[in-house]
Amino acid sequence: MKEKKKEISAYQRVQTARHKDRPKVMDYIDALFDDFIELSGDRLGKEDLSLLGGIASFHGMPVTVIGHRKGKNLDENVKYNFGMTSPEGYRKALRLMKQAEKFNRPVITFIDTPGAYPGMEAEENGQSIAIATNIAKMSNLKVPIISIVTGEGSSGGALAIGVSDRIWMLENAIYAVLSPEGFASILWKDSKRVKEACEVMNITADSLKKFGIVDDVISEVKPITSEDGFKMMIEELDGKLEKELSSLKKMDKEDLVQKRYEKYRHIEGERAPKETTNGEVLKWAD
Amino acid sequence: MNMFSNKRQVLLAYRKLRTKNKMLSMTGRRLRFVSDAGTFSEMYGDFKFNNPLEFPEYEEKLEEGYKNSGSNDAALVGRGKINGIDFIGVELNKGFMMGSMGTVVGEKVTLACELADSLNLPLIIFSASGGARMQEGMFSLMQMAKTSAAVEKFKENGGLYISVLTHPTTGGVSASFATLGDIILAEPNALIGFAGPRVIEQTIKQKLPAGFQRSEFQKDHGLVDKIVPLEEMKETLYKILKLHGCKEL
Repeated sequence: MKEKKKEISAYQRVQTARHKDRPKVMDYIDALFDDFIELSGDRLGKEDLSLLGGIASFHGMPVTVIGHRKGKNLDENVKYNFGMTSPEGYRKALRLMKQAEKFNRPVITFIDTPGAYPGMEAEENGQSIAIATNIAKMSNLKVPIISIVTGEGSSGGALAIGVSDRIWMLENAIYAVLSPEGFASILWKDSKRVKEACEVMNITADSLKKFGIVDDVISEVKPITSEDGFKMMIEELDGKLEKELSSLKKMDKEDLVQKRYEKYRHIEGERAPKETTNGEVLKWAD
Repeated sequence: MNMFSNKRQVLLAYRKLRTKNKMLSMTGRRLRFVSDAGTFSEMYGDFKFNNPLEFPEYEEKLEEGYKNSGSNDAALVGRGKINGIDFIGVELNKGFMMGSMGTVVGEKVTLACELADSLNLPLIIFSASGGARMQEGMFSLMQMAKTSAAVEKFKENGGLYISVLTHPTTGGVSASFATLGDIILAEPNALIGFAGPRVIEQTIKQKLPAGFQRSEFQKDHGLVDKIVPLEEMKETLYKILKLHGCKEL
């Protein structure tokens, strides 16, 4: 039985989601998969360590695994750029996804990033188009894709590996259009109004499930920073993955892609009229 | 009593009117410029506003936007002709909440892709946007996936998509449909990038060099095919359409 929890504020969840001791992508890979082999590089001249990719076995089924990589201490974080991915990382992910399609392997992605890296070099190397290309390709990749937001999912940097047949979130994870700090800074020109931003942004697993933006929530019955809590969460995740992957794998590829298209096609606040006939000619002053 | 009891009020009223006129003239300005006289007709202009997160003060902002722009959101969609060649056009209006993309803009861009696909017409999108619409949160982020998927489907089916980047094209719009064109044109000196200059400067803790992220810079870095001033836009688009076998109907 799940015990009833005290009300946790969105801001508290942000802090939990970002906690340095929260499990990182390698912990999930170790716990869920066998025979993981890391695959590196974008084949265009760079290797971006902030994004981890590779192949592994999930209950005997070959899968491609991709995830943002954060460190557990400052040294690691500097090495992995705090999980902020550059175009090279997204291009590596794209390469691995196309490879998965070729070898008919499902793709499982782990999302945990403060956002795409906003540096000069990232801009020079086409951060925008790297993200856009991944989003577009994921929308019609002919193998099942499941994404799990494990910590913080932020902006296009998260979506670049997050267009999927199933999107799940851990109970204390957050998923947002922008970091609450960035949000407050853009909307109110005051990055200190973070708590207020968290409340109005609707970034928790619960509210996003309610809006139909995420499909399922993985419970954190005990803190997953503890060995016990992590194990319990992994058990639930493992079961869900096994069930969903086996049903997605049975689907016809065209159906799979069409269903994915429709899933995103209908994310909106209010349905648009299907037949719009207004052909009012704008008054051109020429 | 006179409506404008003092000079200041007169000045304010005048300023408001001037802003409104300026914005009205901006809605669909480029589509007007490239279309043959009287051929462009607007579509999908009758949506109601969305406030999916019930975000405070958002509806007031939208109402103000409708009034000032005469448009139902930051995107205008329609069908027109360039030297007799039919096309589906989209133009984002930076005068409407910085051209930001929420559910209405996402839906209109998607409808435009689907329409171009079903009618077998070329698609031309003029982008100008600060990125995702903050007030719609994750619904906005998901419009990146929705529009990109629609563009991808249209392109896979053989459709021609010409993307024209105008000042500014950043954030969630530059990281979705705007950079997915078969051909990407840009107006001179437009700011084009993912992160805004202020955010980059805060990250690297130094000033950015002049011209950083401008059209010319993006062409040098391989993102943009060609820089085209508005005066030459119609002719350039016409040539591209002709070279893709688009014919007068």
